[in-house]
Amino acid sequence: MAQNDINKIKDHAELFHQSEYQELFAEKKQFEGGHSPEEVERVAEWTKGWEYREKNFNREALTVNPAKACQPLGAILAASGFEGTLPFVHGSQGCVAYFRSHFTRHFKEPFSTVSSSMTEDAAVFGGQNNMIEGLANSYKLYQPKMIAVSTTCMAEVIGDDLQAFITNAKHADAVPHDFPVPYAHTPSFVGSHITGYDEMLKNILTTLNPTKPTGSWRNGKINIIPGFETYVGNLREVKRIAKAMDVEINLLADNSDVLDSPNTGTYQMYPGGTPLADAADTIHGEATIALQAYSTVRTRKMITGWGQPNQVVRPIGIRGTDEFLMKLSALSGKPIPAELEAERGRAVDALTDSQAWLHGKRVALYGDPDLVIGLVQFLLEVGAEPVHIVVSNSNDDFETELRALLDSSPAGSGATIWGGKDLWHMRSLLFTEPVDLLIGNSYGKYLWRDTKTPLVRIGYPIFDRHHLHRYSTYGYQGAINLLNWIVNALLDELDRNTIVPAKTDISYDLIR
Amino acid sequence: MTDPSIRQIAFYGKGGIGKSTTSQNTIAGLAEFGDRIMIVGCDPKADSTRLMLHSKAQTTVLHLAAERGAVEDVELEEVLLEGYKGVKCVESGGPEPGVGCAGRGIITAINFLEENGAYEDLDFVSYDVLGDVVCGGFAMPIREGKAQEIYIVTSGEMMAMYAANNIARGILKYAHSGGVRLGGLICNSRQCDRELELIETLAKRLNTQMIHFVPRDNIVQHAELRRMTVIEYAPESNQAQEYRSLARKIKDNTNLTVPTPITMDELEDLLVEFGILGDDSAVQHLIGKTAAEVAVV
Repeated sequence: MAQNDINKIKDHAELFHQSEYQELFAEKKQFEGGHSPEEVERVAEWTKGWEYREKNFNREALTVNPAKACQPLGAILAASGFEGTLPFVHGSQGCVAYFRSHFTRHFKEPFSTVSSSMTEDAAVFGGQNNMIEGLANSYKLYQPKMIAVSTTCMAEVIGDDLQAFITNAKHADAVPHDFPVPYAHTPSFVGSHITGYDEMLKNILTTLNPTKPTGSWRNGKINIIPGFETYVGNLREVKRIAKAMDVEINLLADNSDVLDSPNTGTYQMYPGGTPLADAADTIHGEATIALQAYSTVRTRKMITGWGQPNQVVRPIGIRGTDEFLMKLSALSGKPIPAELEAERGRAVDALTDSQAWLHGKRVALYGDPDLVIGLVQFLLEVGAEPVHIVVSNSNDDFETELRALLDSSPAGSGATIWGGKDLWHMRSLLFTEPVDLLIGNSYGKYLWRDTKTPLVRIGYPIFDRHHLHRYSTYGYQGAINLLNWIVNALLDELDRNTIVPAKTDISYDLIR
Repeated sequence: MTDPSIRQIAFYGKGGIGKSTTSQNTIAGLAEFGDRIMIVGCDPKADSTRLMLHSKAQTTVLHLAAERGAVEDVELEEVLLEGYKGVKCVESGGPEPGVGCAGRGIITAINFLEENGAYEDLDFVSYDVLGDVVCGGFAMPIREGKAQEIYIVTSGEMMAMYAANNIARGILKYAHSGGVRLGGLICNSRQCDRELELIETLAKRLNTQMIHFVPRDNIVQHAELRRMTVIEYAPESNQAQEYRSLARKIKDNTNLTVPTPITMDELEDLLVEFGILGDDSAVQHLIGKTAAEVAVV
């Protein structure tokens, strides 16, 4: 029905509840040839049982809702964290529109990425002309300081050679000869967004640091590699901690200002990012700390090749943050200030306040390997019990590391790691072996709807709740944020479960 | 990135010209000098290592990957076999004829080898690549950091020379953006008229050399029948000496050039000059005529 009165426009959520739409849907049903509601109900019930779970886990040629994205998405996120850098995807436009909207929906910020607009002719004859014209246009139109090229599946399948194409584009004067154009081959039929991140970051650093370090001169800074980081709050927390400790860090791929820029009324195409001069000085750093392991494998290998000490520390929870601070202190010789010690004390106090509500709670979680390890570390600290752990982009090293972590605590030894599985597997797990809490990204809301397991949104992407990405999950403050989200989700659920007057409300307490 | 001290070479040439035979015999010669070598077969037919391994066709990377469902589930030792004098042999393999993308298969297989450390403790890597460079995947072996020396196997037959010129065009495309160079033409003789001179002239026009003239000898077929290189089957034979001398020339080759491919017209003129094609005006009355029609004329 036409909504003619602009003062009474109905929102999407109400509009279709009106009788004219409901009648329309009902009448349409007879032409849809669907099964009877009873049959639908019977099958829906059947999918909740063990028989269906077994069939589901025998699935071979189908993936339903994998908890991972494709390689160029990670490559673009890595590129976005450098000063004046334009991510450039060699491939079709559709892929790139998807990457842009995916980030915009999570960060609620504009996200600039261009494509070389390959079409059918480029697929047959190779995409070199698209690359040359695309680089020339991007350079002229958007005046970047660096263009970081990644690929879509199409360019990879036909075997386009980025190194050769970019060199030829420079010969054709598409961009100046000394203009940095790092590139990463990022076919999405292998790996995931974390592989793409790694590959792009490695190539940016190689492009900006082309030679081996000469002599023993070091710049006194500690390089920090965030990994596929979608919490701008985490990047800010790392910088805050370093400042509090008076440690000079070189935070690479720092997109905190790019993806959380102030609204000043003027659009800025390149707000912030790691200065290219700093990125080009990475090779002279004292050491490198990576905050994620599995999105930085190749980059760290390259850094090892420079002869620079490097290691992985995840500053999540009390133990993880302790480790991070001690590492910074050991590398810099600077003591940990009283200010941070007080923060630690407050976080520990907060954890003990809520501990009674968390102890023994059964938790299912899914996400990227490093996020999952961090969360498990935290859950074990508060005595919660991880039960189902689904990681779609898993690998053997990760599973070995996670198993060792789980086995280090009686609360973790009952957990099962489901590597390479997807959210439809998780659905079967939640129905057959229910838990108290599910931790995951926005896609978990469908599991919440089906299984009624309360969902805490931690991970990427988070499309349907605002501002969570502005908070940190790192540091002692991050521990309090995690605690806040998790314990209050449980208490909300408890209220919902005790809400019926004169029936369950004997436990509908004011004080929890 | 692969260790730059490894010399990486690739053999290209028209299908059926004898690339695999020539390359394996040459590698056998290099192996005799004590070089540590890996052969990477880049042909879905997977016949680039049979003479080294005395087998029909070894298990290929992609065959196992297809069987297991993912290339990550393949172990290097399952596909990397040692043949004659310790030469390491691996075949990329490829899809069934008519489906999928063989070029992408080669990229997948070579990435797999790199990631699993196959490019270690070697002096030479030799790629044997099928027919023409039909798509980007078949140019994978000459990307930056891969083969930097290309040897084109050809003969005095017209189509083999066409193919050689085409391959030179492919190399030229990559030569300006990377270090790939043409190492020379290998003439695998078909006993055509004035073959030696013809290939030497073609080599000169392509700004390269005819690195060796391999004469035709039935002993090659005898060795092939036994799935052996001539060097292994009849080490004292003249033909074995020819391959050794080719191996020596490649080992010592410093004449690496950016090729100057010629146009189709120039190539045809060359063939006319050597009497393989008739002069256009001389044969004008024959073009497009059937044998019966010509007889009437």
